[in-house]
Amino acid sequence: METPVYPAHNYLSNGHGLKSWLLTKDHKRIAVLYLISISIFFLLGGLFAVGIRLELTTPDGDLFQPDTYNKFFTLHGVIMVFFFLIPSVPAVIGNFLIPPMIGAKDLAFPRINLLSWYLYVVGGLFTLFAIVAGGVDTGWTFYTPYSSASSSTNVTATALGVFIAGFSSILTGLNFIVTIHRMRAPGLHWFKLPLFIWAHYATSLIQVLGTPVVAITIVMIFVERAFGFGIFDPQRGGDPVLMQHLFWFYSHPAVYIMILPALGVISEIVSTFSRKRIFGYSFVAFSSLAIAVFGFIVWAHHMFVAGITTYAAMVFSFLSFSVAIPSAVKVFNWAATMHRGSLSFETPMLYVYGFFGLFLIGGLTGLFLATLGTDIHLHDTYFVVAHFHYIMVGGAIMGYLGGLHFWWPKMFGRMYSEFWSRISAILVFVGFNLTFFPQFVLGYMGMPRRYHMYPDEFQVLNVLSSAGASVLGIGYILPVLYFAYSLKKGEVAGNNPWGASGLEWRTQSPPLTENFVEVPTDIPEAYEYTPQVIREAKLV
Amino acid sequence: MPQQREAAVLGMWVFLLTEVLFFGGLFIVYTLYRTWYYEAWALASKSIEIVPGLVNTVVLIGSSLTMALSVRAAQTNKRKATVNWLLATIVLGSVFLGIKVYEYSLKFEHHHVPGASFDFYHHADLLGETHEEPASGMTMGRAEINRTTQLFFSLYFVMTGLHALHMIVGVVILFIIAWMAHKGRFDSEYHAPVEMTGLYWHFVDIVWIFLFPLLYLVERH
Repeated sequence: METPVYPAHNYLSNGHGLKSWLLTKDHKRIAVLYLISISIFFLLGGLFAVGIRLELTTPDGDLFQPDTYNKFFTLHGVIMVFFFLIPSVPAVIGNFLIPPMIGAKDLAFPRINLLSWYLYVVGGLFTLFAIVAGGVDTGWTFYTPYSSASSSTNVTATALGVFIAGFSSILTGLNFIVTIHRMRAPGLHWFKLPLFIWAHYATSLIQVLGTPVVAITIVMIFVERAFGFGIFDPQRGGDPVLMQHLFWFYSHPAVYIMILPALGVISEIVSTFSRKRIFGYSFVAFSSLAIAVFGFIVWAHHMFVAGITTYAAMVFSFLSFSVAIPSAVKVFNWAATMHRGSLSFETPMLYVYGFFGLFLIGGLTGLFLATLGTDIHLHDTYFVVAHFHYIMVGGAIMGYLGGLHFWWPKMFGRMYSEFWSRISAILVFVGFNLTFFPQFVLGYMGMPRRYHMYPDEFQVLNVLSSAGASVLGIGYILPVLYFAYSLKKGEVAGNNPWGASGLEWRTQSPPLTENFVEVPTDIPEAYEYTPQVIREAKLV
Repeated sequence: MPQQREAAVLGMWVFLLTEVLFFGGLFIVYTLYRTWYYEAWALASKSIEIVPGLVNTVVLIGSSLTMALSVRAAQTNKRKATVNWLLATIVLGSVFLGIKVYEYSLKFEHHHVPGASFDFYHHADLLGETHEEPASGMTMGRAEINRTTQLFFSLYFVMTGLHALHMIVGVVILFIIAWMAHKGRFDSEYHAPVEMTGLYWHFVDIVWIFLFPLLYLVERH
């Protein structure tokens, strides 16, 4: 076996200095810019979470004033949702890998790709300004009248930030859709595409169709605040519930913007470390589209207690259950893929195992909340908080971290420490469960969300949760350290350290600016793990 | 080159799709409140001067024609005609915006701008006109009429305002494209920017084709 050599010419060595990064049109460099910026926001959102968990270690409100606590959970939500989770997998991993996966040089619109990063940064700066200027306390959902008549905090700056970041998200989605339609290598037809691409296609559809609706909602809140129009003000004939409908028409599908790309990552990793073609390829592919479609017709399950009619609630309850079908199709197909596969336990796969457990719990508790009667008991309790963290942190972030570990050698050409990365994967899994499982119990017992005080009998579970959060925090900080270390000192990875199929593994790591020396023409089936392919790959 | 053009056109259509949903949110709000407050909608809509709106509709449809002609001229390599038709589109677009400004000024005069000084019957009172009763015979007090017609005018300003904003952006783009055409940047091979500006301009026109009847023609048949 030859020792791989770190390639002298690659996208990182092509141009030096700040300008070569800030004016780049290379999708890989833009992905790195996104990686850095979303990591900063993740840290910031994490700090607000630390504040929340610290306050909740004791039953009394002894650390923050109630208003300060409101600002902490609002900013935690706004930052994590709009500035970390939504861009995470698509803007970093998708941006980097979609072109090489389909044998293209770049995305269809490289300049628009750079523009979308700048929009993200400008949106982020508005939000940072709101934080520095004194914060915002509406909750991440910007419900009126919290966000209109009764709030004197920096709603306008925050909402503008989210509005601008929304356009960044729309442009990323637009770019991906056009790229996947028009830039595939000759011979790479739709059913040879990796499932990662299908998942991103479905995500992009949601970004393009859903985001403008929240954008116009924010515009209406803005004019209500700025010009005194009463669009959602009941005193002037408006309807605040209408605002909730419009908000969730985007924000429920937005959950799938966060989770679908992660599901795509899982498909790639499962297949690679099982050495098997994905079981039921076309089912998994279409289940992504089905999730995107179903995602648009279930929004009112966030509003069962907001005063919608019983008939509407029944329809939305039924439809919400139907989302479980495509999600379960995926999980069963992954399980079938692993069945009798030649499994291995490298770090990316550890994240996948963790993902299965968390996604399963998160998904099943979603059914509790889709049930009308149960939801009335559980609505606005910690049960809901635990449920969506199992999906959005347990599902989406596990997928994001798994993907980052899987493609890190491709992105930077070097391996990270397998030992430390396994430790961190285990810490994340344990810490996560310790943080959020007690919250299911708390919610079931009736602890409402968004309060900074609680009765004494809830303290044990809250302390457990805060302890878990510290473990989780260590699990998230470790990768920063060993990833940074690997950039200089890591072992050289070579083209294909995992012996994976897929076009992106054929090019050098880190890739050239053009990705491929020649456009690949002999396109294999997706996930072609014949015994011969496996033998050859192991020799690389 | 053909691949680039195809990609650009597809990208533009996807962008217009997001625009449809952007305006779609407003149309949903409009529909709901129109059903709730139909009488107010009918009253408020009748109070809007119809002539400027009608003229604007004609002007805008005309600008769509000149835009289409400029795309045709670019495709057939007629540089001068491309520039001239683009300039004609700019002129018509500006006429539309000018008339819109005049209409807005009328709203200020009549106290039809939502806010503290909103008074639906202010203008009619000045003219000494008798108040028209709500259509369906349902009697609403002055306060109730002020409350609900104000909602109509809120939506009137948000909808026409966002439309006008799209027109302003369109006129700026038209200037840039006209300048590029004047410099001879387009020919029968490469003219995607002209085509895409055309797509955008037609979209903005179509939005107005929906806004005009929804805002000006409620119960005016």
